[in-house]
Amino acid sequence: MTYYSDMSEKILSPDAPVLGRTGSWLHRFANPGRFLRLAQPALPWLAAFSIVLTVVGIVWGYAFAPADWEQGDAARIMYVHVPAAWVAMAGYAALAVCSFFSIVWRHPLADLAAEEIGPVGAGFTFVCLVSGALWGKPMWGAYWVWDARLTSVLVLFFLYLGHIALIRAFDNRSHGYRAAAILALVGAVNLPIIVFSVQWWNTLHQGNTISVTGGSKIYITMLYPLLIASLGFYMSFLTLVTARLCAAIMERKTRALLLAAAEREA
Amino acid sequence: MNLTPFIDGSYGITVLFLIGIFVLTLNRYRSAIKRLAAVEKR
Repeated sequence: MTYYSDMSEKILSPDAPVLGRTGSWLHRFANPGRFLRLAQPALPWLAAFSIVLTVVGIVWGYAFAPADWEQGDAARIMYVHVPAAWVAMAGYAALAVCSFFSIVWRHPLADLAAEEIGPVGAGFTFVCLVSGALWGKPMWGAYWVWDARLTSVLVLFFLYLGHIALIRAFDNRSHGYRAAAILALVGAVNLPIIVFSVQWWNTLHQGNTISVTGGSKIYITMLYPLLIASLGFYMSFLTLVTARLCAAIMERKTRALLLAAAEREA
Repeated sequence: MNLTPFIDGSYGITVLFLIGIFVLTLNRYRSAIKRLAAVEKR
């Protein structure tokens, strides 16, 4: 159990910030051992729900939802493009929240979570960009245009890549976590730009079709598969990040145990 | 069933990405469990 005592020592060390009531609560809640105990039994259920919802949503949208009156079958790309875009943005928001916890409370689990969110979020952003390009070709006659929405999502992809690279750019990993957390927080300004880009500028990309506050401009038989596919993508993201986080904790614990064994032998 | 959207590639890329990342994550998770168990057994 060397790893966990190391984590506690790191948090409670003299150079660590003084943890207030919220910090203490977070520390207890985000204890790596407790996280593993909670997450590992939940993982098979999360994975099962993710797969079922994603398959149902995608197959429904692909084969059973009606074609669009104007765009025809090409509009079916929406059932993979829109969920990937939503998850890409939600993933970055989660990355920014973890970075905030990391900077304010220096919690190692927040650093690990941010590290594991990065590649998954970048993957979903890549899917969003590629599926969008494949949708753009039949609709606009071009795979890519320097439109505000497309460009801001491309910036989001680069922010993810920058975050991944920055964590690994320092010999001391904690310096990498700190620098990457600052990048993630600064980059969060891109999220409202992505959302409102279609309102602030004249874009080739269509405006927001689905609204939580106002009426959605999408027919209900297209909305249901879209929402189910989106839920499936969100669950997939959660499952992947949870599994990667569990693996990262176990890998660190393994390394700590090996180091402790080597020190005993030396 | 019209296969055009799949042929366009968007569904193919998405499905490949999802399967790929799930398989890679599962492999990493399993190997992390195995290695930890092996070290703890020593």
